Amino acid sequence: MKEPVIEMRNITKRFGDVIANENVNLSLYPGEIHALLGENGAGKSTLMNVLTGIYRPNSGEIYYHGKKVSIRSPKQAVDMGIGMVHQHFRLIPPLSVAENVFLYMPDCKKILRQKEMEEAIDACSREFHLDVDASAKVWQLSVGEQQRVEIIKLLYRGADILILDEPSAVLTAQEAVEMFKVLRKMADSGKSVIIISHKMNEVMQNADRITVLKGGRVEDTMEAADATIDRLTRAVVGDREFVPQVRQNRTFTEEIVLQAEGLSVKNDKGLEAVRNVSFTIHAGEIFGIAGVAGNGQKELTEAIAGLRKIQKGKVTVNGEDLTSLSVRKHIDKGVSFIPEDRLSMGLVPSLDMADNMILKHFGSEKFSRRGILKKKVMDETAASYIERYDIKTAGIHSPVGLMSGGNQQKLLIAREVNGNPSLLVASYPVRGLDIGATEAIHKILLEESAKGTAILLVSEELDEIFQMADRIGVMCDGNMMAVLDRESADYETIGKLMSGEQL
Amino acid sequence: MKKIRLEKKTTSSGFSVFLNSVLFTGVALVFCAFIIAAVGFNPIEVYSKMFRKAFLSMRGIRKAIESGLPLMLCGLGVSIAFRMNLNNIGAEGQYAVGAIFGAAYVLYGPELPRVPGMVMLALCCFAGGALWALLCAVPKAFWGVDESITTLMLNYVALILLSYLCLGPWKAKGQNVGQTEKIPEIFEIPEIPGLEISLAFPVVTLIALLLFFFYRCTTSGYQINVIGKSLTAARYAGINIRKNILLVLGLSGGLAGLAGFVQYAAVTGRVQENMPNNAGYTGIVIAYLSRFNPIVVIIVSVLFAGLQNSSATVQVMGVPAQIATMIQGAIMIIVIAGDFFQRYKIVFAEKGGKAS
Repeated sequence: MKEPVIEMRNITKRFGDVIANENVNLSLYPGEIHALLGENGAGKSTLMNVLTGIYRPNSGEIYYHGKKVSIRSPKQAVDMGIGMVHQHFRLIPPLSVAENVFLYMPDCKKILRQKEMEEAIDACSREFHLDVDASAKVWQLSVGEQQRVEIIKLLYRGADILILDEPSAVLTAQEAVEMFKVLRKMADSGKSVIIISHKMNEVMQNADRITVLKGGRVEDTMEAADATIDRLTRAVVGDREFVPQVRQNRTFTEEIVLQAEGLSVKNDKGLEAVRNVSFTIHAGEIFGIAGVAGNGQKELTEAIAGLRKIQKGKVTVNGEDLTSLSVRKHIDKGVSFIPEDRLSMGLVPSLDMADNMILKHFGSEKFSRRGILKKKVMDETAASYIERYDIKTAGIHSPVGLMSGGNQQKLLIAREVNGNPSLLVASYPVRGLDIGATEAIHKILLEESAKGTAILLVSEELDEIFQMADRIGVMCDGNMMAVLDRESADYETIGKLMSGEQL
Repeated sequence: MKKIRLEKKTTSSGFSVFLNSVLFTGVALVFCAFIIAAVGFNPIEVYSKMFRKAFLSMRGIRKAIESGLPLMLCGLGVSIAFRMNLNNIGAEGQYAVGAIFGAAYVLYGPELPRVPGMVMLALCCFAGGALWALLCAVPKAFWGVDESITTLMLNYVALILLSYLCLGPWKAKGQNVGQTEKIPEIFEIPEIPGLEISLAFPVVTLIALLLFFFYRCTTSGYQINVIGKSLTAARYAGINIRKNILLVLGLSGGLAGLAGFVQYAAVTGRVQENMPNNAGYTGIVIAYLSRFNPIVVIIVSVLFAGLQNSSATVQVMGVPAQIATMIQGAIMIIVIAGDFFQRYKIVFAEKGGKAS
């Protein structure tokens, strides 16, 4: 077998008392696509941050072409030909593609010739069939194109080792297929590619070898040809019995809770992000919204929760018109909201659990009297949530910012359902969570709908939508493409609708 | 060979914040010692003289409390605004307007018996400061006008207004300096019998305790806390931000206005041309050093006032009186820079392999 380009031996990385990587071994060969698979918090990103010089390991060695090296800075890693495409792109939107690429070069000249730069970049993009216009401004590009710009940046800089952090997370199914073709071409030309992922299907189809991380350790390494869903699942989640919550077919009542009529909403840039969207949700029904993130879901959910101005149209909840009422009124009328950005909107990270729990309810009779907080009731309620929702925390008075994502989300959901909502808007409630937390949160949502709460569930995972929703609405570019019953819907139809094709 | 590395801390306790502050105050004193030595004095001698004067005599402590009173109120006022992330730089002006309203009440207000009269005087000073702050709070709440600029600018307006009144229409007869007539005896805040400390001190301490309770145990204090820590979360929770901006800046200015009351009725007995004398700005330093904790504000104010008073002692030796201001500034900068060590800890580790 060929000599590995990179060999990481016994890498251990600790943050305080938390072990992120423990004795991890990883070797990367030229010409292969190597997938790092694992749940959130398994240590994938930490390991890659060690390789790209962002973190220094506490112990362990890295060999580069058989020679022992110590990677001290991201710059050094880049100079060695190790480049990474982060999940959140590091691009400057008002600049052109060529300018973004040249900014990344080490010996960026003082005087740049637009023409020369663009020709050089176009040549590079043609060589790898990346198909990006070098003179276009980055803000005009789609997410998929921006990702290709990131790849060109690395290639033009001469990277031989490309690391991509969840590259398919931001792409439509079609774009993802294209992206993997590009990656395959690069591997064929002798480069090595690492992709970080938690999607088993994708990894099995596109990688040559797979390394599974779990709890910071390597659980399994295999050729992709030897991988089966069963083997991967066992490695990723351990021996825990994995039973997805599949909901029974239930009949919900005909009582309408949410009625949205002809909603138009603008995004932060003042552009129309939701266009003339209408739908209804009944008591006890889960209405799923499928679509690639950024197609108006955020604006739609915020508008329904009262956080964003509705330009046109009408929202009624239980027959009451809430269109132009304040957020407080929405809360009082029984609209609960699990925002997609739980740590910056749904919770106050530096406050403790007891304080976060009363975020919306501090004025209620339960938690205060004549403006004085009932500290004892707060503490007791927080303690009861810990028990009831199995929340793991250092204590009810430790800041929630220190809790893990899953526990933060459980706390947030616990607060939202304990306000006895008639409508629960849940935006990506399990995004970034591991399987255990995901199951727990789905269970809470199902319990809530059994109680008769209408639920609006926004997700980009079709599995989740199919598992949970009674009816499915598909959004693309601010339009509600169609509303389907789950029984009559299939992945293919929804995928087409998500990419904007009419039925 | 060992090498030094920084690691992020995951927790920090109130006690470690305290220790950190004390440690870096020490560093600041050492830093200033070098400057004192460079100017040609023995820093140990200077420090010990200052310390003995300010804190080792009953007289020194009394003086420190007395001159600390306006600092306490300005510090408390600034803290409440800073807790909500509102930069009230205007305590100086709010103090001045508080004093102006006080003098106006004494000059033109109805005659009342002693206790209601004093309460009315205090309320007037509070209202003056609050009104001055609301001039900035309203544009902030309704049009998002930056309050750091407006509060700062209104300081100059207030100070010039104060000068004008003290040198012009309200000037005491037969005086060369700009100040009003002596305050009538019924408005004077009495001393605690036997201690020779103004009764204002326990009252201000009580205000600090009430604020402590207000922050911790009331829904209003809770809302201020949430807005200060995450504006997005506050909006999401349906908290009325506008109302809270008006409330908090009003309270903040009112407390600074009370500094005018205390200085007028307990210390100087007259409203003077240069009355705030930077107390509003020192209040900002004190608020920061106290981490906006009202009880700590009281303690730090007394320490700062003592430091200020003691500089007069060493002036006799020829040390410039500005030494107190220098030490205050050094403490502020170094302690706040030292907060770095609240977030990171230094780790000594074996040196790793060499880069190729």
